[in-house]
Amino acid sequence: MSIDLQTVKKIASLSRISVTDAEAQAMVPELNNILGWVEQLGEVDVTGIEPMTAVIPNTQRLRVDAVTDGNVRDKVLVNAPQAEHGFFAVPKVIE
Amino acid sequence: MTNLTDLTVAEIRDGFRAGDFSAREVAEGFNANVAAAKALNAFIVETPEKALAAADAADKAKAVGETLGALAGVPIGMKDLFCTEGVQTTAASHMLEGFVPTYESTVSGKLWAAGAGMLGKLNLDQFAMGSSNETSYFGNVISPWKRGGGDNAALAPGGSSGGSSSAISARLCPAATGTDTGGSIRQPAAFTGISGIKPTYGRCSRWGIVAFASSLDQAGPMARTVRDNALLLEVMAGFDPKDSTSLDLAVPQWEANLSSDLRGKTVGIPKEYRPDGLNAEIAALWDKGIAWLKDAGANVVEVSLPHTKYALPTYYIIAPAEASSNLARYDGVRYGQRDLPDGAGLQDMYAATRAAGFGPEVKRRIMIGTYVLSAGFYDAYYTQAQKVRALIARDFDRAFEQCDLLLTPTAPSAAFTLGEKQADPLAMYLNDVFTVPASLAGLPAMSVPGGLDSQGLPLGLQIIGKALDEQTVLNAGLAIEERAGFVARPDKWW
Repeated sequence: MSIDLQTVKKIASLSRISVTDAEAQAMVPELNNILGWVEQLGEVDVTGIEPMTAVIPNTQRLRVDAVTDGNVRDKVLVNAPQAEHGFFAVPKVIE
Repeated sequence: MTNLTDLTVAEIRDGFRAGDFSAREVAEGFNANVAAAKALNAFIVETPEKALAAADAADKAKAVGETLGALAGVPIGMKDLFCTEGVQTTAASHMLEGFVPTYESTVSGKLWAAGAGMLGKLNLDQFAMGSSNETSYFGNVISPWKRGGGDNAALAPGGSSGGSSSAISARLCPAATGTDTGGSIRQPAAFTGISGIKPTYGRCSRWGIVAFASSLDQAGPMARTVRDNALLLEVMAGFDPKDSTSLDLAVPQWEANLSSDLRGKTVGIPKEYRPDGLNAEIAALWDKGIAWLKDAGANVVEVSLPHTKYALPTYYIIAPAEASSNLARYDGVRYGQRDLPDGAGLQDMYAATRAAGFGPEVKRRIMIGTYVLSAGFYDAYYTQAQKVRALIARDFDRAFEQCDLLLTPTAPSAAFTLGEKQADPLAMYLNDVFTVPASLAGLPAMSVPGGLDSQGLPLGLQIIGKALDEQTVLNAGLAIEERAGFVARPDKWW
């Protein structure tokens, strides 16, 4: 199946990437080429095969539920585009 | 006197300890080479003062008889995907331009703790997405190699670790870090006539490395010799509680156990890696590699990896899916760039920030990943890809019932010219055809130089090992290195 201009705009919106009409138009054949190519996976017989979850068997570790870090507020904020009063600042959100 | 910048890591380490030269002399030599090689664009940030500080610390430690770290006196390059405290870390993106971490990645921290000094942060494909180093926001990296016969075309150093490969082959650093998601250590190593190893997934901590595709990303060393790779990997590997996929295993003594005697080992030659139309020079080098391993005492058998042709499409679902999730963190709020159009709300700010901060290839992969994970398509694409990935891993398991390691070419061609594949993303993706399968299975794999093609460009051979068996991979690499006698280096034009 192929994707159209509307679908590309929808994906861009889901991806939180703004695109112009011209950019979206250019992506239609590009994405169709790539998606058309990966669709060959549909021909593989995967009956009875579990999807892979870990390439190298490993157990999930648990650690003691204790504070191991903290008191680094200024370090956390130092690369923020805008920080005020010890918080990340964002544009007004009005619903 | 020996030119210090022609020495390997092991030679620098040993010569410094023997008192043949000071660490400062070594650092000054490499700093000068870095400063004189702007034309290669291998570095995003140069840190000559860091290299000198580490060298002075090593000289001082030696003078007072303190115990020296494993890499005392050795300056290296650091791929700009590793967070370095106090030094800009960009992943070659505009998004992270100006980002100065307040912490150090585990792997880079281990290298500094062992005494290594940092020459600078090496250029790469943006967010490690690319095979030619043409997606960096900070410009293309140029390979120091040229085709023979007066052809002056600028060649790709491979990617994504192209700053690392270019800098090592041009003698700007004796070694560097790389990261490998689908071939990003091995393919650039092959293109530039150096060696590099991607260890078993989980050997090196991913903590502090800018994430691309977390189930595939692995750090590893790049250098000119197999021995250097072994000794660097010993420093870089090891358990880290800060990475949930880090393997809690002791680090073997890979360097001390290096041996090119392959008697008793069986090498598998996967027949699916020799498709119709395989470049004749690549095929000829592969045959030489087989002969070299036989000469080292190994038996050779043909094996089959039947799902090989599905590895690339599997990778180009899984890697973009993981990337779309990982790169969701770049929102213009906590770090990195923010683009705030007049009167914009929060959602508009996200979309404008990400439109301005990501390059075209990164956007393409985020969008593919978003699509294959979206409602209604998840099972058809992502779940199917994870099942095929399990089959690809099973192919390797079955092959390793008959053999101890696999030998293949690293890449289907020698280095191509910059721009040659840029117009067609799919053609670029196909360059990773031989490296991606081992990545999907999490296996250790290495590229070593095997020779030059008829145009005078390096070609690499890839060795793939069983999980956790880096030793056999390195040993086979050493056997090839000893027999290939690869000493070619690019003529200095930069």
